[in-house]
Amino acid sequence: MNRISPLAFLTESRAALVTLGLLVAAAAIVPVLNLMVPVGSPFHVPTWMVTLLGKYLTYALLALSVDLIWGFCGILSLGHGAFFALGGYAMGMYLMRQIGERGVYKHPVLPDFIVFLNWKDLPWYWHGFDIFPVALLMVILVPGALAFAFGWFAFHSRVTGVYLSIITQALTFALMLAFFRNDMGFGGNNGLTDFKDMLGFNLQADGTRVALFVASAVALAAGYVVCRFIVASRLGRVLIAIRDAESRTRFLGYRVEHYMLFVFVVSAVLAGVAGALYVPQVGIINPSEFSPANSIEIVIWVAVGGRGSLHGAILGAILVNYAKTYFTGALPEAWLYVLGGLFIVVTLFLPKGIVGSIPAFAARDFSLFGHRFGSAKTGARP
Amino acid sequence: MFEPLVRRGRLFAAAGLILFGLAAPLAAHAANFADAVNRLGSDGFAEKSTAIDEVSASGHPRAVEILVAMKEGRLYVRLADNVVVIGEEAAGAINAALAATGEDLGPLAAAAVSQIVVNNRLRAKLESAASRQSVIAGDATGRRKAAEALLKAPIPAAASMLRDALAKETDVAAKTALGLALAAVELSDPEPARRLAALAQFGKTSNPQVKNLIQARMALETDETVRAALAGALQGIEKRLALYNIALNLFQGISLGSVLLLAALGLAITFGVMGVINMAHGEMIMLGAYTAYGVQEIFRAFAPAAVDWYLPVAVPAAFLVAGAAGILIERTVIRWLYGRPLETLLATWGLSLILQQLVRTIFGAPNKEVANPAWMTGGIELAGGIFLAHNRIIIIVFCLAMLGVLAVAIRYSRFGLEMRAVTQNRAMADSMGIATGRIDALTFGLGSGLAGMAGVALSQIGNVSPNLGQIYIIDSFMVVVFGGVGSLWGTLVGAMSLGLVNKFLEPYAGAVLGKILVLVAIILFIQYRPRGLFALKGRAVEN
Repeated sequence: MNRISPLAFLTESRAALVTLGLLVAAAAIVPVLNLMVPVGSPFHVPTWMVTLLGKYLTYALLALSVDLIWGFCGILSLGHGAFFALGGYAMGMYLMRQIGERGVYKHPVLPDFIVFLNWKDLPWYWHGFDIFPVALLMVILVPGALAFAFGWFAFHSRVTGVYLSIITQALTFALMLAFFRNDMGFGGNNGLTDFKDMLGFNLQADGTRVALFVASAVALAAGYVVCRFIVASRLGRVLIAIRDAESRTRFLGYRVEHYMLFVFVVSAVLAGVAGALYVPQVGIINPSEFSPANSIEIVIWVAVGGRGSLHGAILGAILVNYAKTYFTGALPEAWLYVLGGLFIVVTLFLPKGIVGSIPAFAARDFSLFGHRFGSAKTGARP
Repeated sequence: MFEPLVRRGRLFAAAGLILFGLAAPLAAHAANFADAVNRLGSDGFAEKSTAIDEVSASGHPRAVEILVAMKEGRLYVRLADNVVVIGEEAAGAINAALAATGEDLGPLAAAAVSQIVVNNRLRAKLESAASRQSVIAGDATGRRKAAEALLKAPIPAAASMLRDALAKETDVAAKTALGLALAAVELSDPEPARRLAALAQFGKTSNPQVKNLIQARMALETDETVRAALAGALQGIEKRLALYNIALNLFQGISLGSVLLLAALGLAITFGVMGVINMAHGEMIMLGAYTAYGVQEIFRAFAPAAVDWYLPVAVPAAFLVAGAAGILIERTVIRWLYGRPLETLLATWGLSLILQQLVRTIFGAPNKEVANPAWMTGGIELAGGIFLAHNRIIIIVFCLAMLGVLAVAIRYSRFGLEMRAVTQNRAMADSMGIATGRIDALTFGLGSGLAGMAGVALSQIGNVSPNLGQIYIIDSFMVVVFGGVGSLWGTLVGAMSLGLVNKFLEPYAGAVLGKILVLVAIILFIQYRPRGLFALKGRAVEN
């Protein structure tokens, strides 16, 4: 058989197989350990941990989306938290509509905060969100449309590099200010919370939480396959060319802005899906998700794991967030020092992240002071 | 606002009326006066109103005290004999004094008296009655304030008294105010010619009170000529008010622009000239603000007499502290990252987190209080209700001075020359014998030091907290990017235009929505001019 398998983009990469294998294993084992193993057993995984792990997986999907554009196309978005939050708000709106008469004001249609604002009718953009498929469509459409509009202008005007980073930051900052306003009709400062159930299942129940965990794992796996497919394709080659030499790629005749726009929209959609899975698990979405600091933090997950390596982004997101959980619990004072230190150490000493540095470290000749730190930006070391 | 006005008025009035009172034929009026005072305790508001008029018309030395007490709810009726008393509540009892004579009655049981109730109309009447007294008897400021109070609630009975006062008045400000107050009364004179004269007296004022008066008169006016004159006057006032409003917006816009400029100036060096996306820039501002706090505390501890002059010390101290921090950061972190702008962004963001937490660990999370020195409080009041706060004016001057010194230093000093050389062509500058590493460190130190000085200024108008820098960082980047990277002139224009646009949008869109609109406008503007307003041209840009 000389024909190349259509799944070669997965089967030829050991990292891809391992990543997918781990995700499938997690999706299979964690539910068993939570639901089947009795509470007293040392192998029992408590429900809070299932939710925590599920949250990490949504963060990993978010990191994956940032790695797709930053690692493979050189677009450093400092506003990806905005797409995540928009996906989250779309899901939050569905969950709000599901509360129905169980709210504080017992209004059959209007969510509590709208009653509180003294509005008599549902704002037009809240219609349809009681239907799950519509909400799902919005999870994809809203971040996708915003990314398309934003990217269309930015890439056609050849706004790149630092300038793009700064205006993506301005974008998420503007959205944060907007969502803080009560008049926007998204719950203002408090955001959307007090969710009761989803598709008729109680959100507090163990089974629902496990199902959400599995959904997050499946979404992450699917996102990984999509990203893998993109970067392994011919289009992916062009993206890498754009990352390394944008002008040259343009002179070679590629419509650079089309490639960038495509990958930017895909990335925004992935971030939106991650947000939609995040909200039912943590039970709240509020405007602080839009804060520029959050978006910058996503970038450091990718940088720690290894920019330009998809499984690196997943690893980085999980590791950094595990560290965050640990430190904010055990040494809350120290967390910002650790996070800040990570930013500095990774950029100075591990420009390729954990995943990129381990093989290089194993192969290096240990002439530690023979070169300037971090000078190896492209290409593997001998 | 009204409270101190009345209290002061009461003091002046009391002092003045004692003098006047000596000449007044007291005895003849005493019986009528006591009677009128006691009728203040009538049940109906209409009777109370008449009684107030009588008491205030009496010119009796105790009139003001009684009226003020009534307004403040300290006037009671003794139930046994319906005599009105002034009382002070103390431990369940009322320490009372006879209102008409001031004779002390000692404590009365709370049940033995009943408080005299006033409604809002009576309260306004009482206030203007009290003001009327001080128009005659206060000092220049007191007379002016009293006249202004009368302008707010004109009472026809005061007309002749105002005319007398106006004739005697020597103080210019008080004379103007009295003239307006008299015109306000005469505006409802039965004689149309008088009304027209009153309108003419208003002249070119832009007082919003006058506008209200004219509008109120407009509703009642029947005489056609006066109506037309009223409409014309109203139009004139509205036009002037609109102009003043623009002037006010202009000042506030420039004031906001100067704050933005202060915040962005250091970044114009570190980001604009050096190309380092310095996310720790806000923390340099914060360090400057905390330096101001530290210097203030040192002054308070060792030289409390000179505490008003801590700022001139704090400004250079903040420059040194933040500048030293900047040089340290450049030498340890940033020097390894030149040519990789996005990496400098991440590393400096990490630094900013560490600096924030460091300050939080040392000084604690709550806001620190940095006081305005006495010479920075207060302000200048201009016509049309425009208030120019001193600290805002000083900040505008300070930031323009900083910009000027910086521009001169870059243009004419040796360091400025070397800095420009390194920015334009590092390799060439290096081969000409310029120590590029040293210049890098000093340039970054300069940018950070400027941010520190900005922090001192910003500590005067906002809170000093570990998050201070985060408030300004995004705005600073917007200013630099909008103005054009690497251009000081662009930074000035960028800061001022953002400040002005923000302030002119605010009345229509509200502060938050205005800010959102400005951000969106900048995002769109960058599409149109990706390198900002004043883009550097030439090949250097591409690298």
